[in-house]
Amino acid sequence: MTALEVKNLHVSIGDQPILKGIDLLIKSGEVHALMGPNGSGKSTLAYTLAGHPAYEPSAGQAIFGGEDLLEMEADERSRAGLFLAFQYPASVPGVTLAKFLRQTINSRRQAVNPEDKGISIPAFRRLLKEKMDMLGIDHKFAGRYLNEGFSGGEKKRVEILQMATVEPKIAIMDETDSGLDIDALRIVSEGAMRLKEELGMGILVITHYQRILNYINPDYVHIMLNGRIVESGGPDLALKLEERGYDWIREKHGALEEA
Amino acid sequence: MNTFTKEAVQKLSASLNEPEWMLEFRLKAFEIYENTPMPTTKDEAWRRTNLRQMKFDEFGPSINGDAATDAALPSFLNQQLTADETGGNLLQVDGVTRDYELSEALQAQGVIFCDMHTAVSQHPDLVQKYFMTEGVSVSEGKFAALHGAFWRGGTFLYVPKNTKAAAPLHSVLWNENGRTFTHTLVVLEVGSEAIFMDEYASGNSDAQGFHNGVVELLVGDNANLIYAGLQDFGANMWQFNHERGRVGRDGKLDWVTSMMGTRLTKAFQTMELDQPGSWGRMSGIFFTNGRQHLDLDTQQNHNAGNTVSDLLYKGALKDRSRTVWQGMIKALPGSQKIDGFQANRNLMLDRTARADSIPGLEIEADDVKCTHASAIGKLDPEEIFYLMSRGIPRNTAVEMSVQGFFDPLMRRIPFEGIRDRIFGRIVEKINM
Ligand SMILES: Nc1ncnc2c1ncn2[C@@H]1O[C@H](COP(=O)(O)OP(=O)(O)O)[C@@H](O)[C@H]1O
Ligand SMILES: [Mg+2]
Repeated sequence: MTALEVKNLHVSIGDQPILKGIDLLIKSGEVHALMGPNGSGKSTLAYTLAGHPAYEPSAGQAIFGGEDLLEMEADERSRAGLFLAFQYPASVPGVTLAKFLRQTINSRRQAVNPEDKGISIPAFRRLLKEKMDMLGIDHKFAGRYLNEGFSGGEKKRVEILQMATVEPKIAIMDETDSGLDIDALRIVSEGAMRLKEELGMGILVITHYQRILNYINPDYVHIMLNGRIVESGGPDLALKLEERGYDWIREKHGALEEA
Repeated sequence: MNTFTKEAVQKLSASLNEPEWMLEFRLKAFEIYENTPMPTTKDEAWRRTNLRQMKFDEFGPSINGDAATDAALPSFLNQQLTADETGGNLLQVDGVTRDYELSEALQAQGVIFCDMHTAVSQHPDLVQKYFMTEGVSVSEGKFAALHGAFWRGGTFLYVPKNTKAAAPLHSVLWNENGRTFTHTLVVLEVGSEAIFMDEYASGNSDAQGFHNGVVELLVGDNANLIYAGLQDFGANMWQFNHERGRVGRDGKLDWVTSMMGTRLTKAFQTMELDQPGSWGRMSGIFFTNGRQHLDLDTQQNHNAGNTVSDLLYKGALKDRSRTVWQGMIKALPGSQKIDGFQANRNLMLDRTARADSIPGLEIEADDVKCTHASAIGKLDPEEIFYLMSRGIPRNTAVEMSVQGFFDPLMRRIPFEGIRDRIFGRIVEKINM
C-alpha cells in the first residue's frame, strides 16, 4: 500500500504563482482524474511531483510512501515508484529505445546492488517483446532513437511502454489520450488498467475528455482552475463537465480566478 | 640541442637496413625540413594553434624503437576485434612489430598487410611507387618533411585488382618512448575492397611526447575502402599529422577519425575526389578535456565533376580544452554537378571550453550543390530530466546523452568491440 499525499502545495515560476495550494491523496489501486482548462496548472503539478528542476515548490508538502518526495532527485522519485507519462515527452537523439529501457531497468537494479551486472540480453529481449506486443508497438521501434521523429501517438504509446517496464506504484498520465486514435487509446488504457489490477498501481489521469475515463474508470474526479482544485467528486463530475464545459465552474469560482 | 640531424637520418636508415632509395628519400625530405621554418601563428593554417609551450628540442627521432619490448601493455591491444572476423592483426610497439598475423584466405588473395619496414624490404616496387608520391607530399609543411626524414613504423595495406579483402584488417601502434613517426599507406587497386582499423595509442607520462604521423589512403577506380583512424594517446603527446585520401572513378572512401588523447593535435586531413563518380565521406569524433587543444584542418577537393563529399565532425569539450575545426570544400573550374557537404557540431560540457568552427567554400564551378552547417550546443536539460525521470541517475543520464551525441557517427565504425572501447573512453573522460 503506497500513497501519494500532496498537502497545500504552492509552486511559482519566476514570481508568477502557478499552483496555489494543492491537496490530493492518491492511494494504491485508486484512479483519480484531474481535469481543468488549459493553463490551469495540471502539467505544472505533474512536473513538480516528478522533480523537474524548473518547478521549485515554495510551500507545502508531498509525501510518497511515507517519504518526503520533494527532497528527492527525479531519479530517486522514479525508483521509489512514481511515474509520469509526459504530455510532451522529450526526444533523446542517439539513444535507442532499447538501450534506454535497458538502462531504466539496470539503474533500478544497481540502486539496490551496485555490483549488479544488469539484466541479461536475452531476458531483456523477452521482456521488451512481451511489453511491445501488449501495446501494439512495432518491434523495429526498439532500434530507433528515443522519440526522435515519433508521431504524437507513437510517443504516447512509448510512454506507456516505459510505464509497463518499470511497473510504478503510482502513475501520473498527463494527457496521454491526446494524439491517440480510438484503437490506440483502448490499447494504452487497457495496458494501464492491467498494471492497476495486477500490481495495484494508483493512477492520476490528467485529461480534458471523458473518452479515456470510459476505459480507465475514475474513483475520484478533481477539477483544477487557476492553480487550485476547486471541485472534487465522483465519476459523475466528469460526465457533467463533458456535458456543460467549464463555464459553470468558472462562474462558480470566478472570484478565485480574479484573485 | 635538437637531435633531428642528417646524421640521425643516416643512423635511422642504417639501423633499419634500408635500401639506398629510401635513405635518399629521407635525406631529401630532411633537406626540405631544414629549409622550412617552424610554423607560427602568423601562418594562416596555424593561426589558432600556438606551439610556444612545446619543448621541440627535447623531441628526437625514434631510432632504437625496441627499447620498450618488455613493457607491460594494456590488455586490449592483443584483442581481436571479434573472435573470427579479423583477417589481419598487427601490433607494433615504438615502430617494432610485436605481434603479427594474416589469415590464409587473405594471403591467398594476394593481400599485403604488414609493417611499413617489412614493406620497404619485401615490396620495394610498390612502396617506391606509392610512398609519399600520390598522397601526402614531403613539401606540404615542416612536419610532413620531418616525417619523410624520420618516419618509423606504421602499416602497409595493399589489395590487388578486383579483390575483395576476405576479412577486415586491424593494426595497433602503441607508443612507449614518447616519440612516434607512424606511416600508414593503403593502396586499393581498381575494383578492390577493404576495411581497415588503424589505432594509435600510448599511456601517459610527465614528459612531453611527440607523434608525427602520415596517413595515405589511395583508392583506385571502382574500389571501396572503409578506414578508421583511432587515436588515443596520453595527454602528454603533441601530435602533428598529414593525412590524405584520394579516390578514383566511381571509387568510395568512408573515412572515420576518432581523437581522444594528446595535449595538442594539429592534423591536416584532405579528401581528393579525382574522377567522376568519386565518393568520399569523412566522419570525425573527438572529446577533449583538461587543457587539450585539437586543431583539425579538413579539405574536400572536388577535382572532377559528378563527385560527392560528405563531412560531419562532432566534438564534445570539457574543462579548459579547445578545439578548432576549419573545413574547406573546393571545386575546380569545370567540376560541375558536384555535391559537397560539411558540418561541425560541438557539445560544450563546460563554459570554460572553447570551440571554433570555421567552414569554407571555394567553388569555381556554377552547377554545384555545396552546403555547410555548424552548431555549438549544450546538454539539453529536458533530455537529462527525461532520462532521470525514469530512474536513471544524473551521471548516467549525462553519459547517455553524450554517447547519444556521438552515436550516429559511432555507427560508422564497423566493429562493436572498438565502438564499445571508444564509448568507454568517453565515459571515462566525462567522469575525469
Ligand atoms: N516552464 C514554464 N515557464 C513559464 N511558464 C510556465 C511554465 N510551465 C507552465 N507555465 C505556466 O503555468 C501555467 C500552467 O501551465 P500548465 O501547468 O502547463 O497548465 P495545464 O497543464 O493545466 O494546461 C500556464 O500559465 C503556463 O504558461
Ligand atoms: Mg498540460
